[in-house]
Amino acid sequence: MGGLLNLSRNVNENPCNMCMPMGAILALKGIEQAMVIIHGSQGCCTYMRRHIAEHYNEPIDVGSSSLNEKGTIYGGEKNLKQALDNIRRVYHPRMVGVITTCLAETIGEDIRRIADDYLTERKLDDLFIVTASTPGYGGSHTEGYRFTLRKIVEQLVEPATRHEKINLIVGDLSTADIRELQRLLAMMDIEYVMLPDVSDTLDRPYSSHYDKLPPGGTRLSDIRTMSGAAATIEIGITMPDELSAGKVLEEKFGVPLYQVPVPIGVDNTDRFLAVLTEITGKIVPEGIQGERGRLLDAMVDSHKYNFEGRSVIFGEPDLVYAVTKLCCENGIYPVAVATGSQANKLSQALEPLIADCPQPVQCLNGSDFASIREVAEARGANLAIGHSDGRYLEERSHIPLVRLGFPIHDRTGGQRLLSVGYTGSANLLDRLTNTLLENKYKTYRRDMYEEFYQHEAK
Amino acid sequence: MDQALVVPDREDFIATKGKQKKQLKCDADSIAGCVSQRACVYCGARVVLNPVTDAVHLVHGPIGCSTYTWDIRGSLSSGSEMYRNSFSTDLKEQDIIFGGEKKLLACIDELVQKYQPPLIFVYSTCIIGVIGDDLKSICKQASKQYGIEILPVESSGFIGNKSAGYRAACDTLLHLIDLGKESLHQVSSQRQAAKQINYLGDFNLSGEAWIIKGYLERMGVKINVAFTGDSDSQHIKKAPDVDLNIIQCAGSMHYLAEKLEELYHIPYLQVSFLGLQDTANSLRNIAAMLQDETVAAKAEQLIAEESAKVKPDIDFYRSKLVGKKAAIYVGGGFKAISLIKQFREIGIDVVMIGTQTGRQEEYETIDTLVDDGTVILDDANPAELEKFMIEQEAHILVGGVKERPLAFKLGKAFIDHNHNRKHPLSGYVGAVNFAREVYTTVCSPVWKYLSK
Ligand code: SF4
Repeated sequence: MGGLLNLSRNVNENPCNMCMPMGAILALKGIEQAMVIIHGSQGCCTYMRRHIAEHYNEPIDVGSSSLNEKGTIYGGEKNLKQALDNIRRVYHPRMVGVITTCLAETIGEDIRRIADDYLTERKLDDLFIVTASTPGYGGSHTEGYRFTLRKIVEQLVEPATRHEKINLIVGDLSTADIRELQRLLAMMDIEYVMLPDVSDTLDRPYSSHYDKLPPGGTRLSDIRTMSGAAATIEIGITMPDELSAGKVLEEKFGVPLYQVPVPIGVDNTDRFLAVLTEITGKIVPEGIQGERGRLLDAMVDSHKYNFEGRSVIFGEPDLVYAVTKLCCENGIYPVAVATGSQANKLSQALEPLIADCPQPVQCLNGSDFASIREVAEARGANLAIGHSDGRYLEERSHIPLVRLGFPIHDRTGGQRLLSVGYTGSANLLDRLTNTLLENKYKTYRRDMYEEFYQHEAK
Repeated sequence: MDQALVVPDREDFIATKGKQKKQLKCDADSIAGCVSQRACVYCGARVVLNPVTDAVHLVHGPIGCSTYTWDIRGSLSSGSEMYRNSFSTDLKEQDIIFGGEKKLLACIDELVQKYQPPLIFVYSTCIIGVIGDDLKSICKQASKQYGIEILPVESSGFIGNKSAGYRAACDTLLHLIDLGKESLHQVSSQRQAAKQINYLGDFNLSGEAWIIKGYLERMGVKINVAFTGDSDSQHIKKAPDVDLNIIQCAGSMHYLAEKLEELYHIPYLQVSFLGLQDTANSLRNIAAMLQDETVAAKAEQLIAEESAKVKPDIDFYRSKLVGKKAAIYVGGGFKAISLIKQFREIGIDVVMIGTQTGRQEEYETIDTLVDDGTVILDDANPAELEKFMIEQEAHILVGGVKERPLAFKLGKAFIDHNHNRKHPLSGYVGAVNFAREVYTTVCSPVWKYLSK
């Protein structure tokens, strides 16, 4: 392995990550009838809404306490309470997630206290307010996402009697991926609580009636009883313990925790299903076995093309890990693997994966696109895999980009990309192979001409 | 209002033409929890300055502000591509506690070494105002050290809304112009030699500034510098060298025009190149302002030629669209006004109109332009947009990225009038593009499937 590139630079040139509250919104959007209020200045909220709307093509309503100069100097309690009043009036949420921004954190707002006061003052016993401190400088959106899930569990789960269901805590995957996981669980006849569940809320079907809060999302009653589950499967292996919601359930309620990689690729999907079997005793049905066989068949069909691939993979750490695995399984060996987050566990986890790669693999932690581009070019990458912000790799370095993850704002249908499970993996693999092929067909006539054609004197 | 608003505090921001004689409230802070569509001071400043092509745009703050604004605008450049990068000091917890000045200096060092840019804009974000970094003195110090222009942009997010950001950007531009003063010699004598104007408030989205530049050249008028579409630091400094300033986007540039008049005695003229009628009027007004008969004659010729060229297209689209109703929700008031006229040109009436940052005078103009019963609103939110689009039975909404999914969910057509559009909407070309876009969305077969 090429070792960890030490970024001694100060300036971040073309960011590869977003800020904490962004992740918090995404997590909260997967809870039944929940609204979000960002405590801070107006702009953060507008930007994040715009970004999410462009990826999901869904209305993304998020309230802001619209802190102005006065609120910044004298405290924003009044603003936040007014925001709660107005949000309740218009949206009638069953839960409100209150999160902070850089500004609110810097002036030291105690949102939990304000929320509790609010509930007492207004005598509300049927509204839940989950609070999470998510300063933009405190970490990337990935940390914001995980931290908020943990807060949801800490603040909502109550002691419950044992039951058969399993908890499935998921990362920030596409809505198609979420639906695929649900399909697999249904095929295995397993009951579950999925946290969060954005499959409907961020990809709602068209209907002649418009609801301000879309139906769907994890039911609050289900969240409350996650403490009684047979086990928790948490999808994600790169988060530190203090950001894990599964750990809370394990430590506080004794629910056994299994942390698994995102089920992309043969091994990772095998592992996911094996854990399901281990917990429930249910065997993987024939239907799913068939899908596995089809994935293997696809891998064989495309292996020669794939072996020419040299990938650069970037984005959210857990997705990066899983995609790296899929690449390694197919000979699309990575030359660089990068994340904008500070994910120390990622490089550890990657080590055994990339040990067998024919070329050294550069791992970039807390990276920006200036570094990613530099390394990708230097190492001769011919395939980039990650979200839309990597578009310069394509535009300026002519490394074709296969879009995956969040945000995808320069193509449509990012939320419908299917990449998990055997079927999703085959799907993703096809996208990768076809990109390699397309690029090859586009250039081989010219390349060969330039390399071999010799002028003959007539 | 037929049905009471859910948030009573919002009543004063909404009016129905002809129903009551009240003054619409505008230019006030957004109400907490109302899901305003408005952005912040930084956003306003960034929009205006971003198209300065050879500048390094350095965002002093945490990473988010920089990520969300990275190359999301369709401003085109004929030269440097530096402006398409997003640089951030990426402040972390430690920097918030101990201050970010050191890091800022180190970042500037790095950028100067790596790129030798002629100009660096340093934007302040929300927390910079709170932690008290002294942007001004750092920029001054670094400027001296490296001999290039390093200018602070006072755009802390919470000190106002987008309009305050426009002002901050204009102040920075004025600063830059002022720095170039010495290199301008005998401003007044040069002015008489050729008809030169500055074009304010066009960000060269999809080449819009180039289109207008082409028209003016055909009239024998030269654009000195556009603010800020496809501009660069050298040209901006030459701004005082003109006979006239024309302003397209009033929200962002009115202030700059006033200042340039005050400081350099350059008269200004409000123009609009959105729609056939406005484009023609604007070209005529420019000629009149310059008091030049040849220019005026050439303008008439151009108008006649171009109008004739686009007429068949416009007539076709009009025949398909006549009788439809439109809702408008855009950033500035001036754009909204142009859109009313532009819709009329293709047979569409406006039944709802609102803006994020419209000014009192603009709302008054809007009121005189629209038909009775039209709903006018300032700083609207999704719930209101939904309510009025349905009540007013609009077929199409014009707006930005955030409004698009809402329109689609309500089964309404949609036009993007935002900064990342991929085709020009200015001038005669733009008028056809606009009509075509309305046609592509209103007349799409998909709507038929929604009612089933
Ligand atoms: S980094 Fe901070 S100020 Fe910037 S958008 Fe994120 S929360 Fe807002």
